[in-house]
Amino acid sequence: MIITTITPMTMITPMLDDFLIRAALAGVGLSLATGPLGSFVVWRRMAYFGDATAHAAILGVALALATDLPVTFGTLAVALAMAVTVSTLAARGWAMDTTLGVLAHSALAIGLVAVSFVPGARTDLSAYLFGDILAVSRADLGFIWGGAAVVVALLAWRWQALLTATLNEDLAHASGLHPARERLVLTLALAVVVAVAIKVVGALLIAALLIIPAAAARGLARTPEAMALIATLIGAASSVLGLQLSLWQDTPAGPSIIAAAAVLFTLAAIFGRVGRV
Amino acid sequence: MSGLISADHLTIRLEGQAVLTDVSLSMQPGEIVTILGPNGSGKSTLLRALLGILPASAGRVTRRPGLVIGYVPQRLAIDRTLPMTVRRFLSLPRRVEDAAARDALLRVGLPDVETKQMADLSGGQFQRVLLARALLAKPDLLILDEPTQGLDQPGEAAFYRLIEEVRRETGVAILMVSHDLHVVMAASDRVICLNGHICCEGTPRVVSTAPEYRALFGLGTQGALALYQHVHDHSHDGGGPGHDHHHDHTHDHDHTHA
Repeated sequence: MIITTITPMTMITPMLDDFLIRAALAGVGLSLATGPLGSFVVWRRMAYFGDATAHAAILGVALALATDLPVTFGTLAVALAMAVTVSTLAARGWAMDTTLGVLAHSALAIGLVAVSFVPGARTDLSAYLFGDILAVSRADLGFIWGGAAVVVALLAWRWQALLTATLNEDLAHASGLHPARERLVLTLALAVVVAVAIKVVGALLIAALLIIPAAAARGLARTPEAMALIATLIGAASSVLGLQLSLWQDTPAGPSIIAAAAVLFTLAAIFGRVGRV
Repeated sequence: MSGLISADHLTIRLEGQAVLTDVSLSMQPGEIVTILGPNGSGKSTLLRALLGILPASAGRVTRRPGLVIGYVPQRLAIDRTLPMTVRRFLSLPRRVEDAAARDALLRVGLPDVETKQMADLSGGQFQRVLLARALLAKPDLLILDEPTQGLDQPGEAAFYRLIEEVRRETGVAILMVSHDLHVVMAASDRVICLNGHICCEGTPRVVSTAPEYRALFGLGTQGALALYQHVHDHSHDGGGPGHDHHHDHTHDHDHTHA
């Protein structure tokens, strides 16, 4: 299934080695999910929320390594627990930025401490902090595309309700929708993306990949749908450009992707003025 | 109860504080009811309870089965990061046909704004688009929370004339909140004075002479009330035959005042 996806790309870019193709496919697959999801993160001002969830995922990695469970399972569980905790506390009126600051940094620190007890895990962990997109296996690729497909399907299914609730929760309520349920959908999607993306771009860069392409797309779009689509394209382009840079200049791949996204954001900020008047 | 929506001995507590106590009211099809009260009197809380956003601490809210409510919120701050054309906004949460969207905008007097960004609309245009969106759901009941906040006086008068036209054409019932005496007198069948509980209610004229009402609004609005009655009395001179009912003087009154 994966091989048939790879073949046409190999023909187009014969200079790319197999591992680079896999890396590019991983970045593109991830962008499918982070484009629309990142747009919601930007619209709802949840940037720090994405950050906190990603940081907490390190704790999940540590727990998974300690218990010999699959890493993705560990990150998914902890990211989800983190997201639900933050949502619950926020709903009870806790100050959001302080709560996130306490939880995110604690989870990251406790994760790093916990991992030090696991023999031989230290080297593994840096891969989860900064990502190792060049080491993506075919199984990883299946996981990333599968996770992205789940997130895209979830967002597409709830799209109208999510947008209405994002616009105004009372308005959504009056139309018979349940804003709390839509919040949970986003929380779930975020946890899934963090779990599948952590190996590719790393915990520290997930939030960047969620936010930078969406922020870049804002100035180029007139409707929410256009913004989500453009964010996806910018994310995919950043992945390919970043990997090219990495290949030519021997730079670290994950950060190169984010750097490419930052360049695209700057260009969009300079030249994009649509709908900003 | 045969009304569209009713509250029976409704009490709402927020964080332990009783914001509304023992409120009972009922909306009949096609009537315009205004809830009037000072800041912090629980007006918005009452609307939110009727919409089902806030749970009742005691008493209950009953809706006629299948009741469709169109809601126009007090303020809708669309985040600058969210691009949104007027046309796209009208299709939330349910997608509507282009023709329906155009008709709705025409109805509220905004024929050429479909491709505009919501953020670029003036205050008055924005409120009209909110109203158009609410009307697209073909509601039995429109709920408006201080819909003219931030509009100047002519804009406000025009908005309430529009509300009355919509009621006349579609027969929709309208429940709105205001702190504006002037508007309440002009455009309502019934006024409910709220200050944590219902102080008094009735036709605008009955309410305006109720001692509870005068106590609620104090000296600050006595002048405005006197002015209203003065202007109102005089508008009879200019009015044609058939203008017998006090609340039919909306337009004369608005014009005289503005």
